[in-house]
Amino acid sequence: MASIISINNLSKTYASGPPALRDVSLEIEEGEILALLGPNGAGKTTLISAICGLVRPSSGTVTVGGHDIASDFRAARSLIGLVPQEITIEPFERVINTTRFSRGLFGKPRDEAHIEKVLRSLSLWDKRNARNLELSGGMKRRVLIAKALSHEPRILFLDEPTAGVDVSLRREMWDLVRQLRDEGVTVILTTHYIQEAEEMADRIGVINRGQLLLVEDKATLIKRMGRKQLTLHLQAPIARMPETLAGYGLRLSDGGATILYEYDTQSARTGITRLLADLSEVGIFVRDLDSTQDSLEQIFLSLVEDGA
Amino acid sequence: MNWQSIRAIFVFEMARTFRTLTQSVLSPVLSTVLYFIVFGAAIGSRIQSVDGIGYGAFIVPGLIMLTLLQQSVANASFGIYFPKFIGTIYEILSAPISFVEVVIGYVGAAATKATAIALIILATSGLFVEIHIAHPVWMVAFLLLTAVSFSLLGFIIGIWAKSFEQLQLIPMLLITPLVFLGGAFYSASMLPPIWQTVTRFNPVLYLISGFRWSFYEVADVPVGVSLMAVCGFLAVCIGVIWLIFKTGWRIKQ
Ligand SMILES: Nc1ncnc2c1ncn2[C@@H]1O[C@H](COP(=O)(O)OP(=O)(O)OP(=O)(O)O)[C@@H](O)[C@H]1O
Ligand SMILES: [Mg+2]
Repeated sequence: MASIISINNLSKTYASGPPALRDVSLEIEEGEILALLGPNGAGKTTLISAICGLVRPSSGTVTVGGHDIASDFRAARSLIGLVPQEITIEPFERVINTTRFSRGLFGKPRDEAHIEKVLRSLSLWDKRNARNLELSGGMKRRVLIAKALSHEPRILFLDEPTAGVDVSLRREMWDLVRQLRDEGVTVILTTHYIQEAEEMADRIGVINRGQLLLVEDKATLIKRMGRKQLTLHLQAPIARMPETLAGYGLRLSDGGATILYEYDTQSARTGITRLLADLSEVGIFVRDLDSTQDSLEQIFLSLVEDGA
Repeated sequence: MNWQSIRAIFVFEMARTFRTLTQSVLSPVLSTVLYFIVFGAAIGSRIQSVDGIGYGAFIVPGLIMLTLLQQSVANASFGIYFPKFIGTIYEILSAPISFVEVVIGYVGAAATKATAIALIILATSGLFVEIHIAHPVWMVAFLLLTAVSFSLLGFIIGIWAKSFEQLQLIPMLLITPLVFLGGAFYSASMLPPIWQTVTRFNPVLYLISGFRWSFYEVADVPVGVSLMAVCGFLAVCIGVIWLIFKTGWRIKQ
């Protein structure tokens, strides 16, 4: 698939403080859902802000749909809808007018049918004549999404879309994101929730301290997570692994007191039964055993901690 | 030029005016009526005439200028400060719209509103005194040039301000005194010579003088000089706006 956003060696240092982005390069593919995962202050919002024109990059380039965000900002920005992390909304205006305004601001001609469609898809149609300040927090967040969708963007940035949103609404929001993806919209969302990234994304990127540590297909990550490790505690330590067991790829640790066996939970046979039989055949007896699995959370934590 | 976007900003800003119609229109009209009662009727009855014009009629252009300046600055500064303050400016910054277009949208709306109020006050004044406009075209030209240049000034103040206090500061500390000392309610020729010289440094004097000339053909300074002063002020404001744009000052990190 062709990439719709190309980020090349993007760096940003604010007037005060350490670099918020360090040499980030990333290709975002058309039509994908990319989740950016990272702890507080990692640089997720800064990355989005730089792409959308809210923050001036210190160095590096970004193209959106092949248009440079600086020299050809009109073409680049007209492809993008942005839902900011903070709820910022004109308090006294009515929902429908705020949404119309966004469409006009992005240079699109009036289209009441589209505005209605967007408001309905976000369950805001009944609230269209309410003033923004009369809405609940979750509704306000949806108004922000409606504003971003009002001008039919090809790319949608959602900066922590589900913060402060209740469980059922979160489901609805995920459904909406999937529906947008099915319509061909590229979605980039940030989140602190690994579960959310897992549920939603096609690819997952991990950011920490301004560095992009990893970007991978969710499937690859799941495969990595699919690997389990079986730890066999032996009754008596052994000096070395018998030749006959070479096929299992076993590792000795704890000075020969434990054997580590990695296997794939996804495959039909894990080989555990056979391994245990083979072990007792060569006179190695198991006192106890346990198994551990790498979760996305562990992968994430180890990445983030390594970077620290 | 992206007229669609400019229109969106303009319409949105004007909608704010209509939402607060009472405040927006009634209060300037009311204060003008008060000025008329105090200056025109109470004090004016003791002043025969200024430069051959009845005092009540003489102060009309000054009163209109006072409101025009206050309204232009207040509307434009608030118009851009408010989105900055509540954070909705993110949308303006992320839109496919150039800084010039943003300025046209906000300043255009502020100047339109200020001009409309000025015209309402002109009509209100007509209820109190007989008004004669010698050069209507020049009158409108001065009105528009002043509205636009002071709306630009207001826009700059709105970008500069970091708090609501700062937003109020310049109008209170600068605009109102300059208008009062700029011959809104008297002719500069009524002052002692030394003060006549001092007022020459007050830019608002040139505005009021030129504007009054378009009504009664009397002026403290030649009308050509007034015109140049307005255009000069306009040019300075455009220059400052251009600098803000180039540097992203107080808008973009
Ligand atoms: N306007 C600013 N001025 C100075 N420093 C800033 C500014 N905005 C962000 N930073 C700094 O840049 C770094 C990255 O911040 P950023 O908001 O991008 O993080 P984030 O990943 O979005 O965090 P969170 O998950 O809390 O939203 C932080 O160290 C932050 O303090
Ligand atoms: Mg953030």
